[in-house]
Amino acid sequence: MAGYILKRLVFIFITLLLASIIIFSITQFLPGDVARIILGQFATDTAIENLREELGLNRALHIQYIDWAGNFVRGDWGNSLTSKLPVRPMVMARLSNSAMLAGMALLIYVPLGIILGVIAALKRDKWPDHLISGISMAFVGLPEFVSGLLLIAFLAIGLQWFPANSSINPDSTFLEALPFLILPAITVSLTGLGYIARMTRSGTIDVLRNDYVRAADLKGLPAWQVLIRHTLRNSLLPTVTVVAMGIGWLMGGLIVTETVYGYPGLGRLLVYAIQRQDLPLIQAGSMIIVAIYSFSNLAADILYGMLNPRIRVGK
Amino acid sequence: MFDPNTASALRVDQQDGKYALDARNVTVTYNTDKGPLDTIRNVTLQLVPGEIYGLVGESGSGKTTLARAIVRYLPANGHLSSGTVKLGGTDLLALTRKEMRSVWGSKITMVHQDPGASINPAMLIGDQIAEVARVHLGMSKQQAQARAIEMLSKVRMPDPESVAKRYAHQLSGGMLQRVLIATAIATNPQLIIMDEPTTALDVTTEAVILDLVRDLLKEFDTSVLYITHNLGVVARICNRVGVLYTGEIMEEGTIEQVFKSKLHPYTRGLLGSVPRIEASKKDISLCAIPGFIPRPDQLPAGCVFAPRCELVEPACEEKRPPLVEIDSNHQTACRRWEVLQHDADAASGVCPARVTEDRELGDLVLEARNIKKYFPVSGGLSSFWKRDRTVVKAVDDISVRMRRSFTMGIVGESGCGKTTLARCIAGLEEATSGEIELEGEILPYSVAKRSRETLKKIQMVFQNPDASLNPQHPAGVSVARPLILLRNLSGKEVRNRVRELFEAVNLPENYIDRLPHELSGGEKQRVAIARANAADPTLMICDEPISSLDVSVQAALMNLLVDLQESKGTSYLFISHDLAAVRHLSDWIAVIYLGRLCEIGSAEDVFVPPYHPYTEALLSAIPIPDPDIKQDAIRLRGSVPSAMNIPSGCRFHTRCPRKIGEICEQQEPPWRDVEKDHRYCCHIPVDELRSLQHGFLQKKIAGSGGDE
Repeated sequence: MAGYILKRLVFIFITLLLASIIIFSITQFLPGDVARIILGQFATDTAIENLREELGLNRALHIQYIDWAGNFVRGDWGNSLTSKLPVRPMVMARLSNSAMLAGMALLIYVPLGIILGVIAALKRDKWPDHLISGISMAFVGLPEFVSGLLLIAFLAIGLQWFPANSSINPDSTFLEALPFLILPAITVSLTGLGYIARMTRSGTIDVLRNDYVRAADLKGLPAWQVLIRHTLRNSLLPTVTVVAMGIGWLMGGLIVTETVYGYPGLGRLLVYAIQRQDLPLIQAGSMIIVAIYSFSNLAADILYGMLNPRIRVGK
Repeated sequence: MFDPNTASALRVDQQDGKYALDARNVTVTYNTDKGPLDTIRNVTLQLVPGEIYGLVGESGSGKTTLARAIVRYLPANGHLSSGTVKLGGTDLLALTRKEMRSVWGSKITMVHQDPGASINPAMLIGDQIAEVARVHLGMSKQQAQARAIEMLSKVRMPDPESVAKRYAHQLSGGMLQRVLIATAIATNPQLIIMDEPTTALDVTTEAVILDLVRDLLKEFDTSVLYITHNLGVVARICNRVGVLYTGEIMEEGTIEQVFKSKLHPYTRGLLGSVPRIEASKKDISLCAIPGFIPRPDQLPAGCVFAPRCELVEPACEEKRPPLVEIDSNHQTACRRWEVLQHDADAASGVCPARVTEDRELGDLVLEARNIKKYFPVSGGLSSFWKRDRTVVKAVDDISVRMRRSFTMGIVGESGCGKTTLARCIAGLEEATSGEIELEGEILPYSVAKRSRETLKKIQMVFQNPDASLNPQHPAGVSVARPLILLRNLSGKEVRNRVRELFEAVNLPENYIDRLPHELSGGEKQRVAIARANAADPTLMICDEPISSLDVSVQAALMNLLVDLQESKGTSYLFISHDLAAVRHLSDWIAVIYLGRLCEIGSAEDVFVPPYHPYTEALLSAIPIPDPDIKQDAIRLRGSVPSAMNIPSGCRFHTRCPRKIGEICEQQEPPWRDVEKDHRYCCHIPVDELRSLQHGFLQKKIAGSGGDE
């Protein structure tokens, strides 16, 4: 296992290296010149040329890349071109916001999705299965801006249970942020729930067909033991992978939901940066998202391996 | 032992107490689209404590359904529509679902067919045995663990403490089956139902498990309902046997009664279908039962076997004959049992041999010299820079020669390299080294580099026809493919040829348009054989072509292979773990162990002493459906060692019952000639082996051997 993790870490390093090259190259090809963005439309050519020299933009691309990557690794992510503030604290604050929202969403949709999936599997082809499958399919298909707005209309404006706007203070703690997290988390969960429920359903149906479940029944074990120890222990393995892969999406891909609620997450920061052509911000944000995807995938595989003795202990 | 709450609900009828299991007139009904369907009709099974009752039948006979009905574990659309089931006087049909759970695993336990699939892969072995003890015996966690280890040692598991802490994937098939047996006996049940428990195992492992079951029953006063399709297994371990056909008992009696008098044509048909280890295609021909098992919705009004029976007369077709008692314990459902009793050969399936004369050895067709196939093992990060990777030596220097119109049988346990060798010859695996010469031409290793002419000459029939026929293609299209690809025939010629090929494999012409899922297993395999024959091959490689089929279907296919060989002169490389089938079909037999030959010779010689100790062990392990044949109980320990880590000296020394000393561990054994056409590879000289080995087979042709 240790060897396996080491191997995966090497691959993650390679992934990040390639990603950094791609991100750096793309930002170079974006229209517009950094110096002109900083100095504005009316700056003189000399001023721009001076600034380019100062920023090292006239050097060869690979030197610039090494310079940037070196600084990035050391923790110097540069200053935002628009706000002139250091990028790292900005990204980190957004990262922690995104993590709070992701955590909240996972807390809602993972247990619920598993329970619904298991019920659907146990009542296969009967009405609870059709109901669960139908509803979860509808939720997956519903765009987030529609479900988000509907939730705001009913739960925030109609019933006034939760605030309609989630633009929290960047440094609020989890408890302070909690009321603002619930609506966006529910919105995200509607999508995630369907995936988890369907994955759990098909995994459980597969396992229920196995001889060892029949054997466990015929050992005379109580039904709940057959379900938990013999069925779910095996059938939730694919679900674990889906959950962990979802982390990447939750952290970086919630642009629509964050926009609907005005939530200051990483996704919205990235959109903001791209709109303003704020290169250091784009680079740092993208790198973080790639890293999160890579590590959550690794976490998924390690968790899968730990839960699956066929991988954990060799022959 | 019993939950006191539920025990009060159990009525104990003292009068019926003499049976461990008393299932009377059981009828099982399934609700189908076409209405209710009785799949088991009026079956009575009564087992006394301590007996092993064998329930034999082909697939579709209802063996498993009957067992499930007895334990009340039928699928939702099936139910026990009439009859009674009592276990030690307790009426099981009166119990609620919850009360049944306290019977399962405690009073009735089960050992399932596929031990690998019947054990939870994510739970420790010890815990899976212990949970039964905890639930049914009310033991604490520690007590239950101790019980698990005790049971593992009862089933002679080597190192039970460490096995208890392992997972299913870390154990071999034989060990897993012991785990299931350990679980089954842990609660000291009244009845154990064993459903084909050794079908998935090698003969050598099967023999060990059967010995174990028999010995355990002397200790535990448990009855066993032993379900199998293998008549040899029944003859070896059962006290009584019931022959099931389309959900009805055809004949029932003690092993002696049923196997000797065989008072039902179906019993005779089954026994006539099974190849015998003592006879080859030159001695007898197998007698496949004509026709098919009728579908449960199309049963005849009279005797269910009448449409396939040789002795049928009009009265048989009028009404269902009841079971009649002929002797104490011995019952048959045949009206004409007196005919059978007087004429031991009636409907007995004694057919004349299909191959009459001894042929001269034909010219050399294929010579495979020093074939090696090593598979690299991918491992860890180190495989990036390490040069000396570990390899699995699946085939390690094997040479075989094949002649025209000749069958070479290859036997050995699973993992010995039989299939890899065949795939190397066929080019489906690229050999690591060696030479494959076909009719004087050295072949490239890979099938992709071979000429069309070569592809035509070597064809293959695979074990699983489900996987080797394209499910989207009608049978005729599959057979036409090689005609179009390899022989450039015109559309009309192809159609004619396909028709001829279907006729040659005894399939009706209208089968040409059927899709594989519309065919039975045996029919699919016939299509596969027709496809292999379409190219008119010189060599046909048959990799366990009959293993997944019922005995009567096996017989028909073996006859077909013999007939095709007689008419076309094709050579067969026939791979099987079934020694009797190999003996029946082969002219020459090669015995392989761990990727290397250990004995080779003509079929008559190889199975007659003196032979390699491995051959001896294989022969002594095979279950023979004849209670008169007494075999030596030579058993191999453990399973085949890993081909990554081949033992030094003689590869067989770790398991050899005749190991003579250090020489076996240190030196590779020499080849020894028994006769001109019979050699084995062992440190023990010919004469010494001859004096040690008994063998239950005699050489047929007098004067040509002088053995025994």
